[in-house]
Amino acid sequence: MARKFQDAAIAGIGATEFSKESKRSELQLAAECSKAACDDAGIDPRDIDGMITFTIDNSDEVMLARALGVKDLAFTTRISGGGAAAAATLYQAMALVNAGLCKNVLIWRAMNERSQYRFGQNPTNTTSYQSGNGTGSLLWCVPFGAMTPASWGALQAQRYMWKYGVTNRDLGYVSVQQRKYAATNPKAWFYEKPITLEDHQNSKWIMEPVLRLLDCCQESDGGVAILVTSLERARDLKQKPVKIVGAAQSIPYNVEVISNYYHDDLTVMPEAQGTAKRLWEQTGLKPADMQAAMIYDAFTPHVLLQLEAFGFCKAGEAAGFVKSGGMAIDGKLPVNTHGGLLGEAYIHGMNTMAEGVRQVRGTAVNQVKGVAHVLVSSGMAGAVLGTA
Amino acid sequence: MTTPTAPPAKPTRIAPIVTLDAKFFWDGADREEFLGQKCGDCGKFVFPPRPMCPFCHSLNRQVVKLSGYGTVHAWCVPRHPPPFGFREAPVVAVIQLDEGIRFVSNVIGVTIDEMKNDMPVEVTFEPTMNNHKVPVFRPRAK
Repeated sequence: MARKFQDAAIAGIGATEFSKESKRSELQLAAECSKAACDDAGIDPRDIDGMITFTIDNSDEVMLARALGVKDLAFTTRISGGGAAAAATLYQAMALVNAGLCKNVLIWRAMNERSQYRFGQNPTNTTSYQSGNGTGSLLWCVPFGAMTPASWGALQAQRYMWKYGVTNRDLGYVSVQQRKYAATNPKAWFYEKPITLEDHQNSKWIMEPVLRLLDCCQESDGGVAILVTSLERARDLKQKPVKIVGAAQSIPYNVEVISNYYHDDLTVMPEAQGTAKRLWEQTGLKPADMQAAMIYDAFTPHVLLQLEAFGFCKAGEAAGFVKSGGMAIDGKLPVNTHGGLLGEAYIHGMNTMAEGVRQVRGTAVNQVKGVAHVLVSSGMAGAVLGTA
Repeated sequence: MTTPTAPPAKPTRIAPIVTLDAKFFWDGADREEFLGQKCGDCGKFVFPPRPMCPFCHSLNRQVVKLSGYGTVHAWCVPRHPPPFGFREAPVVAVIQLDEGIRFVSNVIGVTIDEMKNDMPVEVTFEPTMNNHKVPVFRPRAK
């Protein structure tokens, strides 16, 4: 059959429960969330023909395909860059469907990141620093006591905060708002557990004077999957189709994931600026066209940096925007309405993209009114999701 | 007769993880030399070390002694979890070197209250486990 360009759409999303101890294998979590995404779409898992995950996902494509009974896999790939590149999975799935190479692309990420190993603790091995994960310069941090994502993230954010006078208390407004969203989200680990700014300020220092405990995402067990197909096909499936209006990735010169100290200006996020530039050019849309944004929030300062990189706020003004309620449900741009990685769970950004889908469908628990377009950003990649 | 004293505490800082392209750097650090990679053709400095010059694509790499002077570009103090290998919480910093490259290291001999962005620092060395050394920085002597 001749290939022709086809618009791509998200037809299904699926997730396991989010916990601190799943009591089952990561492969099982992967299978469960993948099946759930197929069920949501109304697609037989055996008809999946493309599979995408992260380089650091521990489940094997073939093992997962075997569990799902996939009949004939046409394409597999993995994205480097950890959570920062989460949205690059959507980008690749879109490209595969656009090119007419796959019909049903499964994106999955499943991990026992609390019960089996811990991203937030000192490393027990350094395999994730090896080539293929986009994190090569972590080797240059470890002998100096910068051993955790929080330490790398804090070093990245400190000069920005110093330049613009952003304090840790200012960061607290991000955390308080996201925990407010999580408090009304039954799927969130912190359901019915809102915090105050004083709770934030009383939480222990993780990286003084940048990050307190409540500035950091959780460590979670769980899996999330997204099923991408053509817009044409999605119209005949179970859910209201969510069009991938555009998607892009950007890794500018000397930028890398998290140990990102070698590019020219440490008070901006060049990878997010590059992603924004491509995304706005590709879609013909602009920040004001977004009714909500789902932004990768491993640590609170990175929400501010991305708000600025995508043009929602001018340089140095994101903290003021958040403090004045800009990311609240009735604010100018509701952000991370599921509670984010801080409030819902840390499934490496995948759960944040799923919330973008729910906002476009109109099925989010903290639903924004009149959503036509949602920005999904993981820093190094992003996508605009929209009504079909 | 002298009174026996306790032997000096063994270094607890973990040793650097050495890759082939950066071996010159860590070998130099063991000799208390702070070395950098400069292109043998176009003369530009790069960090982290890499096999090819990104400006002129030359493979002609020169290993040169760096001034050891720089400023604190960004910094923070890891409180939790306490980083492995440190008795006291270290100051971790991104050092902007006079040669125009940046290097992640520690600032020693300062309290957190004394830390200031852009403060001038100079290189010194600290021992690690397995008899290696790493470059760290202290406030620059006036």
